[in-house]
Amino acid sequence: MLPTSIPLDYYLILSACLFVIGVVGVITRRNAIIIFMSIELMLNAVNLSMVAFSAFSGDIAGQMFVFFIMAVAAAEAAVGLAIVLALFRNKQTIYVDEINIMKW
Amino acid sequence: MFTVFAIGAVASAVFTITRKNPVASAMSLVGHFFMLTGLYLTLQAQFVAAVQVLVYAGAIMVLVIFVIMLLNVGTEQQHPQSGGLRTTLGVMMAGLLAVLMGTAILARPTGRVDLPPESLTIGTTEAIGQSLFTTYLFPFEAVSLLLLAALIGSVILAKRHVQEG
Repeated sequence: MLPTSIPLDYYLILSACLFVIGVVGVITRRNAIIIFMSIELMLNAVNLSMVAFSAFSGDIAGQMFVFFIMAVAAAEAAVGLAIVLALFRNKQTIYVDEINIMKW
Repeated sequence: MFTVFAIGAVASAVFTITRKNPVASAMSLVGHFFMLTGLYLTLQAQFVAAVQVLVYAGAIMVLVIFVIMLLNVGTEQQHPQSGGLRTTLGVMMAGLLAVLMGTAILARPTGRVDLPPESLTIGTTEAIGQSLFTTYLFPFEAVSLLLLAALIGSVILAKRHVQEG
């Protein structure tokens, strides 16, 4: 059974909203872990529009892409959090504005 | 249903980026992932919805919470000279991005309202599996290699370096 019809544009606008919320999180927060979570928010916003396009055009490719994006996101999560751990061990902080060894 | 999940998703996303305590952020992010699962179900994408719960709400969030507990950072204090101008500028840039994306979507409405009948069959595990092991076999194998590389890389990165000599 198909659910009550929601226009594709609504999904796209929702996805854009979630992406912008993720961007605001990355820009305004200092905690590396919260920045990392904001990046996950942005990834998920894109996934949502991919699935919406896939469902509305009856093409499986979008959902396959989402599957692969999730695999890449899992890899990114593992490596990213390992970097945060290593950083904390060396600098005793996870606030990104206190980590400025690459600043010229 | 869409309205409920959409409002829930936006609210939990806003909660995620505004909480001072990282654990509270992580918890609302889990809520956000569940809201997205609901949205995927309204799009008849059962497999993606299931994988979303397993991979994101399960694996990735456990990892994040583990790191938060391990580092024991607690609540974020406001940095004395941060905030102010930089934050205002950043939010303005994000607002600009929002306006850009909004006008891009609204300028060319897709006009699609109803899901096509094929959408009932493409989101099933059977259809995804069929496609995964035929058309997308090479990316599938490549992703397994990527995950292995990430595994080794993160072990090496997080390993405590033993003093030599």
